[in-house]
Amino acid sequence: MLILNCPYCGVDAEETELAAGGEAHLKRYGPGSSDDEFHDYLFMRENPKGVHFERWRHVNGCGKWFHAARCTQTLEVFGTYSAQTTEPPQKIKDAITTKRPGWSWRELS
Amino acid sequence: MSTRLAKQGRLIDRSKQVSFTFNGTTLQGYQGDTLASALLANDQMMMGRSFKYHRPRGVVASGAEEPNALVGLGQGSRFEPNQRATTTELFNGLTATSQNHWPSLEFDVGAANTALARFLPAGFYYKMFIHPKPFWKHIYEPFIRQSAGLGKAPDKDSRDADTYEHFYFFADVLVIGGGVAGLQAAKTAAASGARVMLIEQTAHWGGRAPVDGGRISGEPVDKFVEQLVSELETMSNVTMRTRCMGAGVYDHGYVLGYERLTDHKPGTQGPRHRLWRIRAKQIVTATGAIERPLSFAGNDVPGVMLASAMRDYVVNWGVIPGERVIVATNNDDAYRTAITLKQAGVDVLRVVDARNTAGPLAEEARQLGIRVDPGKAIAKVKGGKRVKKVAICNQDGIGGAREEVEADAVAMSGGWSPVVHMWSHCGGKLIWDDAQAHFRPDPSRPPLGADGEGFVLAAGSSNGPLALADVLADADAAGKAAAKAAGHKPKRGKAPLGETTAEAPMEAVWLMPANADIQLRGKSWLDFQNDVKVSDVQLAAREGYESVEHTKRYTTLGMATDQGKLSNINGLAILADALESEIPKVGTTTFRPPYTPISLASIGGEARGDVFQPIRQTPMHDWHDKNGADWEPVGHWRRTYAYVRPGESVHDAVNREVKNTRENLGLLDASTLGKLIVKGPDAGKFLDMLYTNMMSTLKVGKCRYGLMCSENGFLVDDGVVARIDEDTWLCHTTTGGAERIHGHMEEWLQTEWWDWKVYVANVTEQYAQVAVVGPNARKVLEKLGGMDVSREALPFMEWRDGRIGDFDCRAYRISFSGELSYEIAVPASQGQAFWDALMEAGKEFGVMPYGTECLHILRAEKGFIMIGDETDGTVIPQDLGLHWALSKKKEDYLGKRAHSRSHMADPERWKLAGLETVDGSVLPDGAYAVGEGVNANGQRNMIGRVTSTYYSANLERGIAMGLIKHGPDRMGEIVEFPGTDGKAYKARIVDPVFYDKDGEKQNV
Amino acid sequence: MSEPISALNHTSYEGIAKVEECGLQGMITLRGDLSDKVLAKAVKDATGQKVPGQREVLVSGDTGVCWMSTDELLILVPYAEVGAKLAAMTNALSGIHALAVNVSDARAVFRITGPCAREVLGKVAPVDLSSEAFQPGQIRRSRLAQVAGAFWMDDAETFRVVCFRSAADYVFKLLKAAAQSGSEVGVY
Repeated sequence: MLILNCPYCGVDAEETELAAGGEAHLKRYGPGSSDDEFHDYLFMRENPKGVHFERWRHVNGCGKWFHAARCTQTLEVFGTYSAQTTEPPQKIKDAITTKRPGWSWRELS
Repeated sequence: MSTRLAKQGRLIDRSKQVSFTFNGTTLQGYQGDTLASALLANDQMMMGRSFKYHRPRGVVASGAEEPNALVGLGQGSRFEPNQRATTTELFNGLTATSQNHWPSLEFDVGAANTALARFLPAGFYYKMFIHPKPFWKHIYEPFIRQSAGLGKAPDKDSRDADTYEHFYFFADVLVIGGGVAGLQAAKTAAASGARVMLIEQTAHWGGRAPVDGGRISGEPVDKFVEQLVSELETMSNVTMRTRCMGAGVYDHGYVLGYERLTDHKPGTQGPRHRLWRIRAKQIVTATGAIERPLSFAGNDVPGVMLASAMRDYVVNWGVIPGERVIVATNNDDAYRTAITLKQAGVDVLRVVDARNTAGPLAEEARQLGIRVDPGKAIAKVKGGKRVKKVAICNQDGIGGAREEVEADAVAMSGGWSPVVHMWSHCGGKLIWDDAQAHFRPDPSRPPLGADGEGFVLAAGSSNGPLALADVLADADAAGKAAAKAAGHKPKRGKAPLGETTAEAPMEAVWLMPANADIQLRGKSWLDFQNDVKVSDVQLAAREGYESVEHTKRYTTLGMATDQGKLSNINGLAILADALESEIPKVGTTTFRPPYTPISLASIGGEARGDVFQPIRQTPMHDWHDKNGADWEPVGHWRRTYAYVRPGESVHDAVNREVKNTRENLGLLDASTLGKLIVKGPDAGKFLDMLYTNMMSTLKVGKCRYGLMCSENGFLVDDGVVARIDEDTWLCHTTTGGAERIHGHMEEWLQTEWWDWKVYVANVTEQYAQVAVVGPNARKVLEKLGGMDVSREALPFMEWRDGRIGDFDCRAYRISFSGELSYEIAVPASQGQAFWDALMEAGKEFGVMPYGTECLHILRAEKGFIMIGDETDGTVIPQDLGLHWALSKKKEDYLGKRAHSRSHMADPERWKLAGLETVDGSVLPDGAYAVGEGVNANGQRNMIGRVTSTYYSANLERGIAMGLIKHGPDRMGEIVEFPGTDGKAYKARIVDPVFYDKDGEKQNV
Repeated sequence: MSEPISALNHTSYEGIAKVEECGLQGMITLRGDLSDKVLAKAVKDATGQKVPGQREVLVSGDTGVCWMSTDELLILVPYAEVGAKLAAMTNALSGIHALAVNVSDARAVFRITGPCAREVLGKVAPVDLSSEAFQPGQIRRSRLAQVAGAFWMDDAETFRVVCFRSAADYVFKLLKAAAQSGSEVGVY
């Protein structure tokens, strides 16, 4: 059972306080987008064995959404960060590079 | 015979006699006994029968690894099957019954299975029960069901009399195991200032070191343990628990500790078991090692025991398991048993040592007059319910040239396996140690924690070392390393010095004799509890089961409640040999928690009876309960389905409520409807994105019904939105939707439109909300007085703040029934008083409360949809004819893009229509309409389904709604709905509005 | 006005600790920019307290303020005063983007008292409640077994626990089970 640090209230919350919210950094496509764009936005998700970016909500806590960078294979947590961003901060990317040189995820690396 | 010695027994108190029963016979033991030691003291060697062949079985071990001595404990509401006699502490009044036999332990009909053993080899069930097919249902399955099951299930009518609880605990270092290694590791970790927790599964500290002898820092082991325990007890940063087993190690340092609080004193106040939910930065597993049996024919005859267990019974409980004992071994440690027995006055006939050379302990044994036979093996143990004779042969060979010796007990030792379960649960890897012939933790591949570093350290014999000095040094180092890894600075200092007699190397012996013939192999047990023999594993290998995981499942090796604590290594050694491979290449099966079975009730904890799950209650809950409420669960809420009067059926009550609400006055507790305040300069823009229709244009003081879709376009919620002021809206959600829609709003605000200035608050429970419905609704409110609720002052789809009677309230003129209707919100703390006032004032107007079923019927009569009935997560507004609620002016809203996907715009989608049975009967709920032809599977083609169906007391007929292919274009046509009752229901497609089509009743 | 009644009307139980429903407590949810001076003044006027830091509570009796989130405070005032205080606060906040709503009736408040209070709560909340980790002055939002809840300590042996009103019956029975006689854990 995971522990993630909520960057909003600072609590090291165990998984029972949290709700998983799927993949992070999806770009929304609305009216005017092509069928392919909209399809990919709705349905196409990464399923990596290794570095992954996720959304979580501290639902039994401060109620805030946040992002987590984590390894799906070892459950190592590289860091958690604000939900108000379209990509992980450099600090998080650096932390991953230290632990997993050569990592890549979607267009990030 | 097995009996109690006049002296000895470090754990028993001879001044306190304890009385208990076994299979109805009253026996005596002492305080400090386990059930197993007390039974042995009473010469009850046979404690049960095996699962498959019903062979007589005696106790083979002295602790958690025991496979045989499983009993049913207690009676009635405290009965529990499959309890290990070896870990059951004796108490006055304990009642135990043996298992797996009929009619009695001594005479068992099922024992005939053992004669059939030749016909019941591994995989028998797979092979036998495949053909012929019809036999399965009528012959095989009933037979298997009758003979299956370990022990007896508790009586279905009695409820567990005890309580259970969880406890969350946090530690820097958790030490699992309170033997000398665990104690030493805890001490060095605690010396650094770290918060340390130390748990031990038995009732005693010290583990088995005090039994094995030797000295630590020049003192006897018992003395060392005593001093260390009292030292730890004085440290405020150390928490210690006996009778608390480490059950499992999980991700990120999560550990379950299973504490048995009152098993040894049932009926005492307080919970029976406590499940510790521990988070530790570092975990030290000091879980010891388990002795392996030797595989020889008849190694399961009662009286054959692990050498270490026999030693335990003598030293700890003053019990000798026999009077004429033979010891069989492949290592020096078993000589300790021979010596201990001899010193206790037992006739140790000889030590059969498979090796040719032994160490100083063998010499010590010889000095005591014990005969030592090097290079020898047990060919076979003879006896049914008790060891009678032992045939001895050479270890090299097939078991010929036997010498038979009369004996009544056999001690066996095949070497020691570290208890690696806790290390392995969360992914720690093992390496094969050739010298000790065992798997031990590979320190370079520990389980990894959140920081990517190892969080488990093994210490003492669970890490491989077996000699006392090595164990203490290893534990000392582990305690320091754990403290350091947990962020503390360990103190320097040397490990206490352990001294024991040096031992000669052991030699791996996987079969006795080495080339035993098939007759012997077919009687050499690997897994006692599941009756798996050497020959079964060899058969599996011959039949192509190369993976250890497959062999396990094919033979059931290690699948019993003991999870193969004694059998795994022996089994995979046999498999490796049969595959002509090496043990490390074959590998082990997966170690999964819990270490030994834990009570299901402890997992449930407090969640039973009236705290099984939260039941959400409205402020008027108790009134409903006292007034005949037939409850309906809606999410975690309880809502009144109908108020049943004495002499009425539920159906009668519903019909009465339906008629009365249309004709007079009905009250509905609508408090459960979600109420979300949405406020801010961007609130209008935000709601326009969330709802399919336009909310930003709603005028202050007015209400609008709105629909919400997911980004997929599917309907997720609906409700009436009221505009409170220039930048504030109040959104009603469905009963189950308040938290979900609140979360939905927060999600979009926090993760997509975080620069929009909007705040949301869930005020659902701030208000008690009552729907006042029916032709007399206005009259009752006017009678209470206050706010002007006239048609002119409070028109349909508007709201006002004010007072009604004695109550500050907000009144919404909205209707889900088609009647004149007000929904009045008052502070929750006055909800009951307001309800009472309405009931009192409404008497002259024929007031009656109504429940959710009446609500459903009234809305269905009007053709109003219900989220969760007409929708199921695959339905879009267009399917329900709600095009009017889809704004064409808005560029974007959640779901808009999805609605233009080709499948969503498909004219073939099933659409909402009303359904009227031809004969007036009620359509079955969820029934499907069938069309022409069949599909690829030969089933009738489906053309629709019923989504809501009721008996309407107002119309005196069944009414329904459904989603029907081309439904709106097929008005008047008759479709057929086959029911599960075999009848075919015929219904005409009609307009879904059945009652008051022009809406005259609500707009008065 | 008729007499307002709290969810459980002061029900109590005494086992290894005393568990009681506290009756009605005035409560206002305030959402806004916590660094805003206008907001800080409104909080001060209502409670006499400054804006608390992360997971901090500044409470004395039935008046005070709790940090709930980065943009949310829970204002405590005497129940009888909540209408007036809310009106004043709404008025004071009219110039900024903020939301203040009365949630007094949407909640239930419990008090757990006694030397075993930490242990009682430690049975239902996945939170480190040792004195090293949790002290008066701190608030924690978490779960109480299966429902959401928040709690803080008034003193070394007293917790106040807030949950939703509809869950009051569940939470009381839950705390009662956790406080049953003979269930001392013996760690705090």
